[in-house]
Amino acid sequence: MILNVNGQEHDIDVDPDTPLLYALRGELGLNGAKYGCGLGQCGACTVLVDGRAAFSCVTPVMALAGKQIVTLESLGSADNPGPLQHAFIQEQAAQCGYCTAGMIMRAEALLRRNNQPSEAEIRAAMQPNLCRCGTQVRILRAVGRAAAVIRTAAEAHG
Amino acid sequence: MTTLSRRALLSGSGALIVSVSLRSQAQTLPPAPPDTAILPGSLQQAPYLDAWIRIDGSGAITVFTGKAELGQGIKTALLQIAAEELSVRVDHPRLVTADTALTANEGYTAGSHSLQDSGTAIRFAAAQVRQVLLNEAATIFQQPAGQLHLDDGAVVAPDGRRLNYGALVPPGILHVVAQPETQLKAPGAYTVVSTNVPRVDIPAKATGGQAFVQDMRLPGMLHARVVRPPHPGARLAALDTSAVAVMPGVTQVVQDGSFVAVVARQEFQAIKAMRALEAGARWQAAAGTLPPQADIFAHLASLPAQDISVLNRGTPPSGTAKMLSARYTRPYQMHGSIGPSCAVAQLRDGMMTIWTHSQGVYPDRAAIAELLNMPPAQVHCIHVEGSGCYGHNGADDAAADAALIARAMPGQPVRLQWMREQENGWEPLGPAMVSQVHASLDGHGHIVDWNYAVWSNTHSTRPGNAGSLLAGRLLAQPFEPPSPRPIPLPEGGGDRNSIPGYDLPSARVVYHFIPQMPLRVSAMRALGGYMNVFSIESFMDELASAAGADPVAFRLAHLDDDRAKAVVKRAAEGFGWGAKPPAGHGYGFGFARYKNLAAYCAVAAELAVEHETGRTRLVRAVAAVDAGQVVNPDGLRNQVEGAILQSTSWTLYESATFDASGVTSLDWASYPIMRFDAVPDSVEVHVIDRPGMPFLGAGECGQGPAAAAVANAVAHATGQRLRDLPLTRQKVKAAIGI
Repeated sequence: MILNVNGQEHDIDVDPDTPLLYALRGELGLNGAKYGCGLGQCGACTVLVDGRAAFSCVTPVMALAGKQIVTLESLGSADNPGPLQHAFIQEQAAQCGYCTAGMIMRAEALLRRNNQPSEAEIRAAMQPNLCRCGTQVRILRAVGRAAAVIRTAAEAHG
Repeated sequence: MTTLSRRALLSGSGALIVSVSLRSQAQTLPPAPPDTAILPGSLQQAPYLDAWIRIDGSGAITVFTGKAELGQGIKTALLQIAAEELSVRVDHPRLVTADTALTANEGYTAGSHSLQDSGTAIRFAAAQVRQVLLNEAATIFQQPAGQLHLDDGAVVAPDGRRLNYGALVPPGILHVVAQPETQLKAPGAYTVVSTNVPRVDIPAKATGGQAFVQDMRLPGMLHARVVRPPHPGARLAALDTSAVAVMPGVTQVVQDGSFVAVVARQEFQAIKAMRALEAGARWQAAAGTLPPQADIFAHLASLPAQDISVLNRGTPPSGTAKMLSARYTRPYQMHGSIGPSCAVAQLRDGMMTIWTHSQGVYPDRAAIAELLNMPPAQVHCIHVEGSGCYGHNGADDAAADAALIARAMPGQPVRLQWMREQENGWEPLGPAMVSQVHASLDGHGHIVDWNYAVWSNTHSTRPGNAGSLLAGRLLAQPFEPPSPRPIPLPEGGGDRNSIPGYDLPSARVVYHFIPQMPLRVSAMRALGGYMNVFSIESFMDELASAAGADPVAFRLAHLDDDRAKAVVKRAAEGFGWGAKPPAGHGYGFGFARYKNLAAYCAVAAELAVEHETGRTRLVRAVAAVDAGQVVNPDGLRNQVEGAILQSTSWTLYESATFDASGVTSLDWASYPIMRFDAVPDSVEVHVIDRPGMPFLGAGECGQGPAAAAVANAVAHATGQRLRDLPLTRQKVKAAIGI
């Protein structure tokens, strides 16, 4: 079947009930989305589907025809990180980093619809995602920092 | 180079004398084996300089450590240490971490030992390599070494001539045993150590690079899943593989006794096949023998115990003003890694290679070699990062599983990852514990007698042999688990931190070590230190209250270690201790020196209680930490911040559930941990740097103090003392009687 991932169409040979997570990791070689629970309880697998955060571990590919899927890889690279990625690096908002990709994508979904989130709005948006190392205070700071950068850039472009 | 301390000056001159005397002896005596016991850190185990530092002809530097990156930032810190002593930029050296073919055997990356052991070894080895480079250059330049200096990978003469390090390292020159004395760079001259070098591993993690063993993709790699018994002790009676055999992508079913796994081309094909195999497996159930969860502490206390006297100091005085006693409990708790355990293995040309997030590649290799009946030299374990482990989780078991599967399909690389329910159901838990304390105060509110007892299973069932691996117990010819043993002090296991760090003239501490394990348990961050510090520091507040004293003042009145006092004072000041909390809020304090020999940590906490529901939230925490010479202040803060949040989660929410047969908290709904709505508004960590002092392990130092600060804040906010972890909203609600 055809999946649109990060703006490109891919013809993917998996069973239709295959969760998106395994198509991304196995067929497209993308590392960002991580297996954490397979139950939609931890958010390590978070990606965007049509701009909204989705648990890729419980979203079968058959439900995704014609939808725009966005993963961490499309936001930037280690050499040229996107605003959220940059903010996570600047705040050193990781310890083991296994949850990081999902955190960034959950925040990306928020900032796409609201680039002036309050602290309470950030917390509420991030609620589905778990961090076990205890870096949440830094993650909240990173999301706030990225929001400010995105806001400033948006204002500069009028 | 400037030398600041008398010790450094002495050690500088000492090096010269020692090397001269060794040389003169060598002419008359056969070379004696090096006395490595006097060397610092892990140089004792691996005394050759090139076990730690190598420099090739191009001047490229490689640093080797037997420790592993667990998300604690050790890669960055070790690179800083090496770069500092070698006077190169921090991005110059390459780092090789735990690998049985390449690095020293430094045992486990555990117990907050990485900087103490490996950091110290690298620091001293790099400093001696620096001296080698200077001496070589001195010969070439015909200048005294003392007139040369190092600059960004070159040795520079007073006249400006430069020699790249690569020109100063003829083969074998670094293959020498470390000298007992080392000229270390003076801390005042540091430009890399003690600075906030950004973590080298974070950019890949934030951008989708290959950062974890879970991300590995070897050419032709297949995906495996294991099928576990329904509970420990169940044996496989029959396995119907007919449904699996016709499933798309499935290439192999591996079975040996009750060890069952399936391999497929695609990962989800392996998962579907695993589910089909589960349906096709018939198990001979073992009778459930676990007590009801509510009775676990009475059950543990009823088991045979080995009574170990940990401390027996002074004699109880007669005629004391007040006697208090209390009993505390800690349930089984989970490491709860966000990423279930994973490994990649390949058997090729008689060599089994395993990429694993094990904390101990060498001990894991020994265990897996025994499991596979292969010589250890033919088993190669390479550490690759996994999800944070916080102790002995499923990493070693998954490595063994992957090796068993790979053995059945020679040549083929196989990636195995556990499912969430397998991680929760089979990881070794943090042990349930009970503590009992009674103490007496004199008329001045001073503690004059202290008696503490703690009951616990072992805190380490780590591998080293095949019986400690899950798979080892499942094979048709199973391996026996080794007899559990207590970890001796000064590190301790269940008795870790059971000796209060306070000045107590009359004190007794007993560890009731319980060999029999109702549930599989092992090392979880801080081991018994979490429970013992929670107990001791809760009780200190109870005593302070009985004495009518402020909790911080009461602690200071019983401390005589200046570094301990300094962290207590710094945390209290930073917090604004002494002010009155807002309505419904409480303040709490906790302090300990981790293991009584590592980092000092004090935590002050403000906690809010929602009266109607009993729901609590840590509002803010302020910590102070003294970890000796600080290598990376932000890395240290990150560790302590994380410790505070993780310990708060353990303390407020976490308890593994079980029925008669085994663990039942198999997902995040049945084992809730902290979510963003409960994250504090701020966590502030004050670092007290001690330039030139030894590194003190800090990765686990916050677990106990944070737990106590939270518990004491609950007591302060509600007026009710809760002594049974976790301090759930149901318990809080019941205690405040609403």
